[in-house]
Amino acid sequence: MSASEKLPAADAGLAITAGERRVFVVCVILFVAAGFVPLVFGGYVLQVMVSIVMYAAFATSWLLFSGPTNYIALSTAAFFGIGMYVTAGGIDLLPYPALIIISGVAGAAVAAVVGLATLRVSGVYFVIFTLGLAELIRQFMTWGQHVFGTMSGLYVTTDRSEPMYYWQLLLLTAVIYLVGWWIGRSRLGFALRIIGNDEVVAVHCGINTARAKLVLFIISSTFASIIGAVVAPRWGYVEPGVAFNPYLSFQVVIMALLGGTHRLWGPLLGVIPFVLLWELISIEFPSQTTLLLGVCFLLIVYVIPNGFTGLVENALQRRGGAGDAPSVAQRMFDPLRHLLQRGKDRNA
Amino acid sequence: MDIVIIGLLLGGTYALMAIGLQLQFGVARIMNLANGEILIAGAFGAFWLYAGTKASPLLALLFVVPLAFALNWAIYRVLILPLVRRAKSQGKLEVDCILATFGLSFVFIGIMVAVFGAQYTDYAYLSEPIFIFGERYGLNRVVAFLASAVICAALYLWLHKTRTGLALRAVSVNPSAAGLVSINVARASALAFALGGAVTAAGGVLLSMYLTFDASYGVVFTLKALIIVILGGVGDIRGTIVAAFILGLAETAVATLIDPGLTLAAAYILFMVVLLVRPEGLFGRRTA
Repeated sequence: MSASEKLPAADAGLAITAGERRVFVVCVILFVAAGFVPLVFGGYVLQVMVSIVMYAAFATSWLLFSGPTNYIALSTAAFFGIGMYVTAGGIDLLPYPALIIISGVAGAAVAAVVGLATLRVSGVYFVIFTLGLAELIRQFMTWGQHVFGTMSGLYVTTDRSEPMYYWQLLLLTAVIYLVGWWIGRSRLGFALRIIGNDEVVAVHCGINTARAKLVLFIISSTFASIIGAVVAPRWGYVEPGVAFNPYLSFQVVIMALLGGTHRLWGPLLGVIPFVLLWELISIEFPSQTTLLLGVCFLLIVYVIPNGFTGLVENALQRRGGAGDAPSVAQRMFDPLRHLLQRGKDRNA
Repeated sequence: MDIVIIGLLLGGTYALMAIGLQLQFGVARIMNLANGEILIAGAFGAFWLYAGTKASPLLALLFVVPLAFALNWAIYRVLILPLVRRAKSQGKLEVDCILATFGLSFVFIGIMVAVFGAQYTDYAYLSEPIFIFGERYGLNRVVAFLASAVICAALYLWLHKTRTGLALRAVSVNPSAAGLVSINVARASALAFALGGAVTAAGGVLLSMYLTFDASYGVVFTLKALIIVILGGVGDIRGTIVAAFILGLAETAVATLIDPGLTLAAAYILFMVVLLVRPEGLFGRRTA
């Protein structure tokens, strides 16, 4: 099953329906409305809004790969740091848009190497590898700066203001949503959902699982790098400890899981309450953040394993599922799911 | 020569912590990312005893090991077992376990910071030189190595000479087949998990004799232990011991010859090579 050859039947199933067009229009309106926020609010509120949009971009790009495949990627901080360093290193040499492109390419290259090494084997190895990736790159950067230069950090000075970051991040988030929506209806996205359900079945369906996972991991990581490039000037001073702070990876995972990983808009539901809660926690209990982060993880696993979207969907189903027509993806996927379930029952 | 001996001494202690993880991952099939925090807790236990009474850290083993055993038994019963029961597939269980033990590791770090503080901790026990082949080494390293060797040997004999040890190895090979020959797999898994935690904590006590540590340092040891287990092959104690020595040597070589800041990078490059060349590990069985 290659992505290039398209069956006519699949095309017919993927035609954009009127319902989807409505959703699309609503989303555009919401994004435009969100774009007016900096004109109304400033100061602290705008700062929090920038965080929300930044984490929404992170969590949604994380979801692109980890949502359908169930592979927990803990590499966000590593790619974020790569983007930051590319921007910080080249800000005086190259125009800013070029840096964003270079950041994306650098992130994609690292993701390709990591993915090639780890995505062919079991998911656990991938998690372990990504867990230490930020620390690995941090050690190399620190060592490199130690050997080749004297300074431990880089200054990034631009005349950009808070609303600029907000708009850039908002635009980036919109792009991530579009890409996610497109992947969701492509053959690639379909392949990934099968991999997430049962990798053995996916292999037997003729899906090149390693390649599908690799492509999505590269896309997801590229976005994380670009976010790093976009917000690097906001930090002003980039040093390895800040750029490759592993907590970022954990926070992104928590937010995405809190929202739910079955829907593209799931992470947003997790990002908003978590960012607000975290602002409160880091002001009220600055020395207990680690402990509370751990408690959040445990709560998500034991109390809301499917996130907020899972809760919402359960509630809708219990009410009889009124107005909850299955999406295109679900309609396409259901027959296959029954097939898979039958096969599994027979094996068991 | 220096590098070889220091590397071997380090590897000997690494072997202990990696065997702990091996028991949890290889037998109980639980990826425990809070393993490094158990190790650090053991290290703090030894530090606390030494700071209070000047008692040898080897004595600390006497109370750290049973405590860690009980704690890990409780973790398995209370936190892990519900996940095992609700899991629909091995993949789902893996994800749940990784997230839950992650949360647990953060909770441990938070508690240890609250109790012991966030500063770097070390203590000077037996920090006198000992001469091997005319070069000087810390006596504490040698003592830690010997203690680790004794514990490893005892574990190895126990696993290979007793009925319970045999049951554990059977579960490691195939849990469902082990159930068919009337091994209580749930009990064996819980035992392996608890024992693994106890062994890891013992590794922490021994490492604390010569390493500086702080409350948030556990994740580095989790990573190193995981790399050793994968390098040696999941489910094989001999492989774990050999891999621990390889990692100890590689780290010491990189730290001495290139830069002490690159030890984890060395471990990672080793990891990457294994994944590319021999993903089942040195002694691992190739699965279909």
